[in-house]
Amino acid sequence: MNTFAKARSKWVGVALIAIALIALPFALASVGTAWVRIANFAILYTFLALGLNIVVGFAGLLDLGYIAFYAVGAYAYALLASPHFGLHLPFWVILPIGGLVACVFGVLLGTPTLKLRGDYLAIVTLGFGEIVRIFLNNLSRPINITNGPQGISRIDPFRFGSFNFSRSETIFGLTFSGPIKYYYILLALLLLAILVNLRLQHSRIGRAWEAIREDEIAARAMGINTTHIKLLAFAMGASFGGIAGGMFAAIQEFISPESFVLVESVMVLSMVVLGGMGNVWGVVLGAVLLSFVPELLRYTVAPVQHALFGRTIIEPEVIRMLLFGLALVLMMLYRPAGLLPSAVRKRELARTNGSAE
Amino acid sequence: MSEALLECAGLDKRFGGVLALAEIGFSIHRGEIYGLIGPNGAGKTTLFNTLTGIYPCDAGGFSFAGEPLAGLRPDQIAARGIARTFQNIRLFGNLSAMDNVMIGRHVRTRAGVFGAILRTRATLEEEAAIEKRSPELLGYVGIAARANDVARQLPYGDQRRLEIARALATEPKLLALDEPAAGMNATETLELEKLLQRVRADCITILLIEHDMKLVMRVCDRVLVLDYGRKIAEGPPREVQCDPRVVEAYLGGAA
Repeated sequence: MNTFAKARSKWVGVALIAIALIALPFALASVGTAWVRIANFAILYTFLALGLNIVVGFAGLLDLGYIAFYAVGAYAYALLASPHFGLHLPFWVILPIGGLVACVFGVLLGTPTLKLRGDYLAIVTLGFGEIVRIFLNNLSRPINITNGPQGISRIDPFRFGSFNFSRSETIFGLTFSGPIKYYYILLALLLLAILVNLRLQHSRIGRAWEAIREDEIAARAMGINTTHIKLLAFAMGASFGGIAGGMFAAIQEFISPESFVLVESVMVLSMVVLGGMGNVWGVVLGAVLLSFVPELLRYTVAPVQHALFGRTIIEPEVIRMLLFGLALVLMMLYRPAGLLPSAVRKRELARTNGSAE
Repeated sequence: MSEALLECAGLDKRFGGVLALAEIGFSIHRGEIYGLIGPNGAGKTTLFNTLTGIYPCDAGGFSFAGEPLAGLRPDQIAARGIARTFQNIRLFGNLSAMDNVMIGRHVRTRAGVFGAILRTRATLEEEAAIEKRSPELLGYVGIAARANDVARQLPYGDQRRLEIARALATEPKLLALDEPAAGMNATETLELEKLLQRVRADCITILLIEHDMKLVMRVCDRVLVLDYGRKIAEGPPREVQCDPRVVEAYLGGAA
């Protein structure tokens, strides 16, 4: 195939994917609006996973408290756009603010943990995630900031003048429900996030991240300010989390500390690891799979059992955990570096296996 | 030629109760190849690590091109113009040879997060310059054909060369090499010697730790001999070779 034909087939591929992505919410809506919401959450999780990929995949810093930044972003949005404080700033102002606040938290977490690596870093970040959640749970007294475990409700949806993202609208005979409208704006932000990830990876900063992941001492000797570069990774990852949190708050219109538990951090990390740490497309694949498969199970396991046995023998939740375990084992055996591993990560793991023999 | 590039005075380094370096003082002139020799455990690598900021020194200090550097971080020292290689090769093993050298350009380039995300013209020009310079450096040390190979899988001699290329990518004034000929065969050592001469001809001063005495005798203008963390001799290799204290350090005292 000559280069021209190659380029053309590439563009045809991109066009087909674009059409599929544009048509997707309508196809899902015909099955049920719930599925459009599920797609929206899949996008949110992908966004989160891309942020975590900067920290874990690019810079090699294991972060088990990532959901804290999501929480910070969500609460930043909720406090600035709800009756709780009577503030109603527009979303395009709050999302960047949420990103910035989360970024500050990222630096706050990063600074004391600079000398830690691997397991130790994981433990500290895990603690950080819990601290943030517990704070959110208890910051209702003496001054009521977070409204404690009740959470914050009646959060403003995205609004653009009179264009309200939570309401249904009919344009050219097509019904755009709230979730469908959100789908498009989320998709646009996700594409932006992918672009940012890809560009960062192939840049001077991305190479510095790779260097500290490979050998920190050599990286320092080569003139890389490891403090600065690590904090940058934490800050970038946290900003992604913060922006995703803001979107989450707007879609749900309600948030409470319950949404930001450790399992969520683990979930996002699983997406990164399953897909392939350090490879942007792998991370996207991992996030989409882990967002959709549990929902598919929820909608199929019970009905199938009813049809076969007339009752539910195994709860969908149990099947989900069983499958998770199975997937984990299969992955360790066959694709230790993830479904779509980055070339570098693959080599790292190949060496670990080789030296173990 | 005689202007001092690196001046070191009264340098002490302790590890607990062990005095690893005691009152080390010397100066390296611009454009020379300065050897650092001594028996195993004499403190050569410790001195290297101190000069490149990996260890802080406990007393004394050193100045580079007139600027005191003691107490600076390794990245700051690299930015001032001292680049090094490691005795036990520390390449970015899973990255390609080209990537290794490109990372070496970090300290001489500026693009930040926003430049990378927005792909500003300055960033693109900088990237283009990095992509042009890096293969040149690989060619300079003679491994141009290995650009896309994974660093860890390169033959040993090529890994040593790649480390030199990566160090040169930081545009050093002083190139500090920790046993570059270790594990090389005679042919490879000869090629290394040519490379060192070429680096010197390009006005880069070299500080060389080496156990291959033939190589030291051939390339070094002056050598410093350490034993048990102390300076026992300094001077042109031929003179140092005959110094009774040096002979004693290497062969043991007359029983």
